[in-house]
Amino acid sequence: MKQVSWSGIVLAIILFALAAIVPLVANGYHLSVAVTAIMYVALATSWALFSGPTHYISLASGAFFGVGGYLVATGMSDYDQSFWLMAAIAPVVAAILATLIGLATLRLSGVYFVIFTLGLAEMVRNLVSWIQNNFLGSRGLYVLTDFTEAHIYWMLLAVCVVIYIFGWWLSHSRLGFALRIIGNDEAVAKHVGINTALSKVVLFMTTGFFAALVGAIIAPRYSYIEPNQVFSPELSFLVVIMALIGGTNRLWGPLVGVIPFTIIWEIISSNFSNFSTLFLGLAFLLIVYVIPNGFVGLLEKWGRRLRA
Amino acid sequence: MDILISGLLLGGTYALIAMGLNLQYGVARIMNLANGEMLVLGGLAAFWMFVAAEISPLLTMLIVAPLAFVGNWLIYVFLLKPLVRRAKNQGQLEVDSILATFGMSFILVGIMVMIRSEYFTYSFLANPFEILGSTVAENRLVAFGAAVLIGLALYLWLNHSRPGMAVRAVSVSPDAAKLVGINVERISALAFALGGAVTGVGGTLISTFITLDASVGVIFTMKALIIVIMGGVGEIRGAILAALILGLVETAVATLIDPGLTLASAYLIFLLILLFRPQGLFGRRST
Repeated sequence: MKQVSWSGIVLAIILFALAAIVPLVANGYHLSVAVTAIMYVALATSWALFSGPTHYISLASGAFFGVGGYLVATGMSDYDQSFWLMAAIAPVVAAILATLIGLATLRLSGVYFVIFTLGLAEMVRNLVSWIQNNFLGSRGLYVLTDFTEAHIYWMLLAVCVVIYIFGWWLSHSRLGFALRIIGNDEAVAKHVGINTALSKVVLFMTTGFFAALVGAIIAPRYSYIEPNQVFSPELSFLVVIMALIGGTNRLWGPLVGVIPFTIIWEIISSNFSNFSTLFLGLAFLLIVYVIPNGFVGLLEKWGRRLRA
Repeated sequence: MDILISGLLLGGTYALIAMGLNLQYGVARIMNLANGEMLVLGGLAAFWMFVAAEISPLLTMLIVAPLAFVGNWLIYVFLLKPLVRRAKNQGQLEVDSILATFGMSFILVGIMVMIRSEYFTYSFLANPFEILGSTVAENRLVAFGAAVLIGLALYLWLNHSRPGMAVRAVSVSPDAAKLVGINVERISALAFALGGAVTGVGGTLISTFITLDASVGVIFTMKALIIVIMGGVGEIRGAILAALILGLVETAVATLIDPGLTLASAYLIFLLILLFRPQGLFGRRST
């Protein structure tokens, strides 16, 4: 096990302080890009906690994110509940959902899991739209709060801090160790007595929890919400790409991928929206054929070569 | 009765698509998530030929098949074979092929959106036809007939020809196939290309009665995957039965409850299979 390195902690605190003052110096367009970026930092980092060590490509982020946003919206519009209550309930619901999905699919090979999560956001969207049209009546939902973009940004930053602390704790815990063994060889993991299914389900649950929490916090940003908008399959793919481009072998890997990718994605989707899908495809191919270990893997390889 | 007949007709076409994916996953061991895009490409070709030159989709099919065969063969040889070679184990190959085919699927969608961003609407043989007391559109019947013929030909080829036998051998065990002198890489490329061609033709047939658009592919990928898993990977008969079940259930849900819930019903079937028979209806439990 690694020792706690003080320089790492100091660096983390400086980065956090810099991140915290962003809303004070940036405004308008820049702040809104920053909110998007910090949202993806939270999503991609929590995604990598599960998918990094296990190599299971989860495409469920969109579904959990949607559950978070949708529950906040329906709770506030249809049932007059407060934002805080709904933001507390939503992640728990998503965690339960993730547990059920995990119990059904994670006992089997990874392929079943990927396939199941592939259409999940779309399926939940269909289901929610159907329930809403037939039983609840209203179509659009309003999320009206006094939050400004800066508030949302700080809340998401706090979520990021929690995710990083959780990730750091995980990498030093028995559970994290178990997951790394599962990722290397599941048969070995089973033979040394690791409950592989349980370890995977527990971690998948936390990923679902954080994705829904982010979805709930970001909901006030849109103020008007409908199922078609929050359950976006595209979000799941973006999270996968950002995390893998950065690299999932290090806790801070996804961060390295998210920031440049968010900026590029922002430019492409506002100026060349016709090419956005094509661009996503190219990003996937880039990951597989050019940087299988992400930017972080690339940097570490260069670092080793310099020292050698 | 109406549900039974249109469900079976839909299932017949699904069976063809699942057969394509089965060749790709069961033999070439590539989880091809761009499969649905191949299907939509077949549909786009049919739409385009019909609107531009009034060529019947049944003729377009004859053009789509060789094109899709060559296209998929090139994809396998240039993009997927390097992944097969560098993979240290099956798990690594699965992750790589999933990500790579995601990339291909997005690229294909991106290109198709540029060609046509609206629905591929055209009307071919949309006449009512009376069968066993219920009315169906002629195009569904024709598509079903063509799917059955192609499926039958494929089945006979697999079971009664030497290359067919080699394909089945690789599907059972690539390592053992190598020992008896089968060129596994060539057979895998052949199976992948053939699977792509079958899927493309399936898309051409489906486009005669379901309106497709550039981004609908992923739904068909999902359905084909569910069918393949339900039938048991590599099991042609299982896939046919599974496709008919899915066609029936979807049609029943769409008519009796809500057309928006077809995907949810497919998921329900998938979930039941995962919980109770993960090796598939016909599959043997692996040790």
